[in-house]
Amino acid sequence: MKDYEVIIGLETHIQLNTETKIFCSCKADSWEAEPNSNICPVCSGLPGVLPVLNSEAVRKGAALAVAMHARVNPLSMFDRKNYFYPDLPKGYQITQFDQPIGTGGYLDLKMTDGQTKRVRIHKLHLEEDAGKTKIEHGTRLVDFNRCGVPLIEMVTEPDLRSGDEAAQYLIQLRQLLRWIGVSEADMERGHLRCDANVSIRERGSDILNTKTEIKNVNSIDAVRQAIGEEAKRQIELVESGGVVQSYTLDWDADRSKLTLMRSKESEADYRYFREPDLLPVKLSEEEIETIKASLPELPIERRERFELEYQLSVYDAEILTSERSLSDYYEAAVKAYDKEAKVVANWMINDLSRLMNDQGKTASELALKPVFLAQIIDMVEEGKINAATGKSLLRKVEESGREPQEIVDSEGLAVIADSDSLRSQIEALLANSQDEVANFRAGKESLLGWFVGQVMRSTGGKADPKLTREILLELLKN
Amino acid sequence: MSLTALSAFDIAQKVRAGELKASQVTEAALNQIRKVDGISGSLNEYKLTDEEEQKVHAFIQVTEDMAMAQSKKVDEAIAKGKDPGLLAGVPISIKDIFCVEGSTTSAASKILANFKAPYTATSVQKLIDAGGVIMGKVNLDEFTFGSSTESSAFQPATNNPWNTEYVPGGSSGGSTASVAAEETALSLGTDTGGSIRQPAAFCGVVGLKPTYGRVSRLGLIAFSSSLDCPGPISRDVRDAALMLQVMAGQDPKDSTSSARPVGNYLQSLEQDVKGLRIGLSPDYEAVYYPDLESGELLREPIQKEVRDAVLSAADVLAKAGAEIVENIPMPNTRYGIPVYFVVSRVEAASNLHRFDGVKYGYRTKTEVQDLNELYRRTRAEGFGSEPKLRILMGMYLSAADYASDYYQRALKVRAMIRHDFEHAFDPDGSYRLDALLTPTTAATAFKRKSVFGDSLLMQYSDQMTVACNHAGVPAVTIPAGLDESGLPIGIQLIGNDYREDLILRISHTYEQNTQNAAWRSVRPQVLRGEVKA
Repeated sequence: MKDYEVIIGLETHIQLNTETKIFCSCKADSWEAEPNSNICPVCSGLPGVLPVLNSEAVRKGAALAVAMHARVNPLSMFDRKNYFYPDLPKGYQITQFDQPIGTGGYLDLKMTDGQTKRVRIHKLHLEEDAGKTKIEHGTRLVDFNRCGVPLIEMVTEPDLRSGDEAAQYLIQLRQLLRWIGVSEADMERGHLRCDANVSIRERGSDILNTKTEIKNVNSIDAVRQAIGEEAKRQIELVESGGVVQSYTLDWDADRSKLTLMRSKESEADYRYFREPDLLPVKLSEEEIETIKASLPELPIERRERFELEYQLSVYDAEILTSERSLSDYYEAAVKAYDKEAKVVANWMINDLSRLMNDQGKTASELALKPVFLAQIIDMVEEGKINAATGKSLLRKVEESGREPQEIVDSEGLAVIADSDSLRSQIEALLANSQDEVANFRAGKESLLGWFVGQVMRSTGGKADPKLTREILLELLKN
Repeated sequence: MSLTALSAFDIAQKVRAGELKASQVTEAALNQIRKVDGISGSLNEYKLTDEEEQKVHAFIQVTEDMAMAQSKKVDEAIAKGKDPGLLAGVPISIKDIFCVEGSTTSAASKILANFKAPYTATSVQKLIDAGGVIMGKVNLDEFTFGSSTESSAFQPATNNPWNTEYVPGGSSGGSTASVAAEETALSLGTDTGGSIRQPAAFCGVVGLKPTYGRVSRLGLIAFSSSLDCPGPISRDVRDAALMLQVMAGQDPKDSTSSARPVGNYLQSLEQDVKGLRIGLSPDYEAVYYPDLESGELLREPIQKEVRDAVLSAADVLAKAGAEIVENIPMPNTRYGIPVYFVVSRVEAASNLHRFDGVKYGYRTKTEVQDLNELYRRTRAEGFGSEPKLRILMGMYLSAADYASDYYQRALKVRAMIRHDFEHAFDPDGSYRLDALLTPTTAATAFKRKSVFGDSLLMQYSDQMTVACNHAGVPAVTIPAGLDESGLPIGIQLIGNDYREDLILRISHTYEQNTQNAAWRSVRPQVLRGEVKA
């Protein structure tokens, strides 16, 4: 068998998290709403209505274009894409065709091997979403709630080479979308949807062969699987003397199977023309600059900075920049702690993330503020409380919202570092353990650990371990 | 003078002054409708008596209850010492292409015959808010596609009140006929290629197509979105100015509506035309149409009486102090109809997509196998032949393989037509016009059924008007005499962008200075009370 490589381009539809729909004042979010309960004459395409462009959708679309390093076009146009389908109430979709809001750009993927892979973007355009249809008991039902939800369609160049790379692209795109706050990017809720174009060629060749389009690859796993399946199918076909045809395939996630939707011949002519009901979208240089300035530091930049500035490992930096509020939390905690940043990273990766998982909260939602975390770490590092106490404090602070010091004081959690009181407790213990003392003195020095354990048990774990050991040795040696 | 003959301006003034009750005016209008309109257009089978043949048939639906309620509201406001507005108590008919809550909005099509809009068009709402009284919905060509009102699915179609054997023009034929027949003082029409001005000229009334974007399109069922303009129809120039005053202005719900401040049109009428430069163009002296065999453009001079009316109007205006500038080149006027065939059809086909039997309006009654059959049957049964022709042509012209040859090319020619006007109105250019004076139509009204069926010839009746739609500039038609058959002649004044004030002022001057012309004393057939044998 020849050596093949897989050529993949992704078309993503990104639901912008605007307050209202793109051309009317209905709420954009209809999650769990009754069918057709969030519609108006405009988004349900009644006769005589006109679209009015939501400027927040333009701003968020432009922000995404900037984050993708795309050129934000100062003049972009809306067009009509004409076709019939029951979920499209006007019989045409208002979209952008030849003058989109963003052109070019790229997303740099950090691959697991530490390499960076650049995926180029062809274009980004703004459009309205269609509704949904389903067939129930032989009747086709239509729900217009989703009609007019603002979308960015973003198309990559054919730069991806495997299902894994495509999955990485989606993972990092999803991270970016949430990071810059333009989309909730929840794939289960359809905020981020994906179609994949797949072709194969012999490695070393630079031609682009006929591709197939896989629709509805709407989870990270689906992207990985569907592309894998399709690449396998194409290779087997070509190896057995067949020719790849320009099919549109549907990914059935429940059965992990590809099915043929239509062949190229039946592809529609959408008869695009300028939308006469909307004016051209103009963005001045100033507006574009404002959008640029309002964008936060991007995840890949922050990740590289964390590695340099805080001396974090690639792995730690990746985890701590996986989500914007987590990375913001980390920086705030580092600043409050003001000592070794790596220690804060360990606490967050090991202990805080477990707490967040258990509580189902993001970093910004925690009652355990970064400054509290810093205080807890500080107490542990200073030996004021022991590590176990520190860890249990995380939860206590989170659940009560009280300051760590206050809890330590009121619950008497501080380490017993007062040698007089500790000495008298240890003396009492030794007085009640005559046999063990005798054995120790007879040379069974391994019993020291047992004595330490007894002290810890009687003090509820609060005894300073170092001091305990010193006092024990002193008293036992006598 | 009877109440129904009063101008909107006079009615509103009397109502606001408490000299006349709005409900009285409404009653009088309802009586006039009963007297002259005959049976309303409908989808039902009908057989017309000789008497019915000589009725106007402007209305599809008389909204009597709504009209009475609105006029009562006006009277109550007056009683409370409140001002109901500039159109207090004025009876108005609405072309049935505007959505009006509480009425059906049919677009004169079977496919929307039972459609009830849940909202009211901005222009209509402004009329109501100014105290206007909506008498009902009037007939039109189906979806406004036509120039005679004959293509309406709601039959009988409207007749010309001046001679009921003739068409009223179209597509706003019901509107212009209802005003000419004194059923209402005003009517709201739409003009995409001449659909206000051509029927206004045929019916001897005033019709204004405002600058594109001056009046909101919200609630107007779109024909060709880049050309459609709602506009006033009235019996005199002052009433057109009054109605425009009420409707003009930016609408936050129509992105293409203009933010420019609205002029004071009524005040502008008080000024004279001294020093205004009014142009005449040789390109408006003939109709150009392609020979069906060779494709060559043939030239046919316009009706002599129409041309004489234009020249005599130029004399009247010159005597009033205007400067007449001859030989204005408008060389691209002749391409107006071919360009219109392309642009309007492409937009129309897309605008008609939404009528698919899924959401509202007509749905086929036959059992269907699949979705495509539902679409096919619904649209085959619901649309008349004119929408079907326009859909076919629009689909063809915007197809990926043809769009650059036709649609993109048409847009370029459209820009050239616009350039003709920019050149003529350029304040620093060679002509520096304030207005262009032209015929509104090449000929007066034609007989019923004489053109209908020839979609191409019918379209050419818009040749004198359509260039303004391409260019977006405002134009008004005013009555300027009667031809030897006693049919009205219309002349047109075209202005620069947003200069409705100037073309209205010039029109008003002409109207004032021809008050004693003999033709002004002739009344339309349906108002003479004679029934022809």
